[in-house]
Amino acid sequence: MTSRRRPVLPGFGLSLGFTMAYLGLVVLIPLAAVFIKASGLTWHDFLAAVGSPRVLASYRVTFGVSFLAALFNVPFGVILAWVLVRYEFPGRRLVDALVDLPFALPTAVAGIALTAVYAKNGWIGRWLEPLGIQVAYTWLGIWVALTFIGLPFVVRTVQPILEELEPELEEAASTLGATRGQTFRRVILPALRPAIITGFALAFARAVGEYGSVVFIAGNRPLHTEITPLLIITKLEQYDYRGATALASVLLFGSFGLLFLIQLLQRRARRAAG
Amino acid sequence: MAGTVSTLAHVAKHRQRRSLGDPRWVRWSLIGLALLFVGLFLVVPLAAVFTEALRKGVGAYFAAFKDPDAQAAIRLTFLAAGIAVPLNLVFGLAASWAIAKFEFRGKALLIALIELPFAVSPVVSGLVYVLLFGAQGWFGPYLGAGDHPWLGSWINAHDIQIIFAVPGIVLATVFVTFPFVARELIPLMQAQGRDEELAAVTLGASGWQIFRRITLPNVKWGLFYGVVLCNARAMGEFGAVSVVSGHIRGQTNTIPLHVEILYNEYNIQAAFAIASLLTLLALVTLVLKNLVEWRHRRVIEAAAAADLRQFAS
Repeated sequence: MTSRRRPVLPGFGLSLGFTMAYLGLVVLIPLAAVFIKASGLTWHDFLAAVGSPRVLASYRVTFGVSFLAALFNVPFGVILAWVLVRYEFPGRRLVDALVDLPFALPTAVAGIALTAVYAKNGWIGRWLEPLGIQVAYTWLGIWVALTFIGLPFVVRTVQPILEELEPELEEAASTLGATRGQTFRRVILPALRPAIITGFALAFARAVGEYGSVVFIAGNRPLHTEITPLLIITKLEQYDYRGATALASVLLFGSFGLLFLIQLLQRRARRAAG
Repeated sequence: MAGTVSTLAHVAKHRQRRSLGDPRWVRWSLIGLALLFVGLFLVVPLAAVFTEALRKGVGAYFAAFKDPDAQAAIRLTFLAAGIAVPLNLVFGLAASWAIAKFEFRGKALLIALIELPFAVSPVVSGLVYVLLFGAQGWFGPYLGAGDHPWLGSWINAHDIQIIFAVPGIVLATVFVTFPFVARELIPLMQAQGRDEELAAVTLGASGWQIFRRITLPNVKWGLFYGVVLCNARAMGEFGAVSVVSGHIRGQTNTIPLHVEILYNEYNIQAAFAIASLLTLLALVTLVLKNLVEWRHRRVIEAAAAADLRQFAS
């Protein structure tokens, strides 16, 4: 669109130079340190650090519960986005604003608040206790925290797509004799699918690295409710820098892989949209 | 002109989108489910913070802030945010200027790299600085050991410690809040293009004049929101700061770390009182976000209305 023969704006060298220098100094060099430090380990040491039973159990908790929390956020995130875009009800603006709370609330505050609510004598925990459901200090507590943390992602990725959806499409479907359910399944859902998958992946990636909101409610029993980020801190406190670095590189690898996947999905969605 | 048309379509859509009818029972059960979800996961925990904080009355609530350790934590948090936010503000302006106003290779990669800290676990964000500056770290041996001919002795002479001290906390805060301002500004400046700036160049304006008179006023609301978000995260960061802090009361504790200590000592009421301060900050952030979005919408709708009038005349 813009031709290159027009006058050029000043400041390109300065702004890009500063950007690269600052990015390198603050982000890239420190992150490279993890991989360089990890590559200094022998293969045998590395495998021992990332493959001990306690560590394997922590992956199961971290990745497994993160997956379940992100999965739970898919239907409820879509319902919430749908309700916010399509319906008018008292307090709609307030609910819309509250959706971002998990982004804005410090994780440690979320952690102690959720623990207070879901503990045995808490507002919600006391109703679940007679049913034999214990949330705080079990994997369910971790699930609650990770669901909280991931709540905005699906809503905020689906919401704009739903707003831009042409009403004519739905009208055409109903003119052709489709029921509301069929229209949703065949017309609306396919249009939302890329956004749903992106929202799910973002929530999942966020949950995998989460620390602050989880440690208070998890109980942190090794092999049962211990997450990988906590194990990194435990190893650091024992001055086991190698073990901590090896685990961190696994976690980084996992989240970078997810990030790459998200970029790929978004690029495909953009191309599909033209 | 394509932009104007899509803006018009957008405004029209906003007006009619609520007319789509679903049966009443579907509507109300979906609204009920959504409200239940928001209530259980967002409203109840939010209410719990203030209820627990005020459990022992207003006197106990304010007593929690009179504790010198709490005041030291508040001071340190303000210091860390006061350094991290301006640094990342300058970075955000430079990065968005370079990315939005110029064409160069590898731009997509640069944008992805800027968002990298979001993908890193807070614990790992803290760990990287321990690896660099800790006792066993790359630069660690120069800190305090004094075996480097001039650097070591200089650091010894000035008694500089980074990890388990204030500089480490500042560095970790800079890292986790790194993308916030840039991420708000880049799409905004890209959408605005560079026609206005190019016109100013043709008229003989200097780079600084263009930036101050044209670019900055155009992005001021996005910039403001980016700074607000950046600040909220800087003041609330827990995981990364927890790794590099020595957890020394009154010295290397930030507000979230002080909350953790109080909570683990079963001083629940005081923990929630201090936590309520951060919760208020989060609520103010949400209010400001909606204010900025509301202003954006009004500007867009006003522009669209002006275009409509032009079409009509």
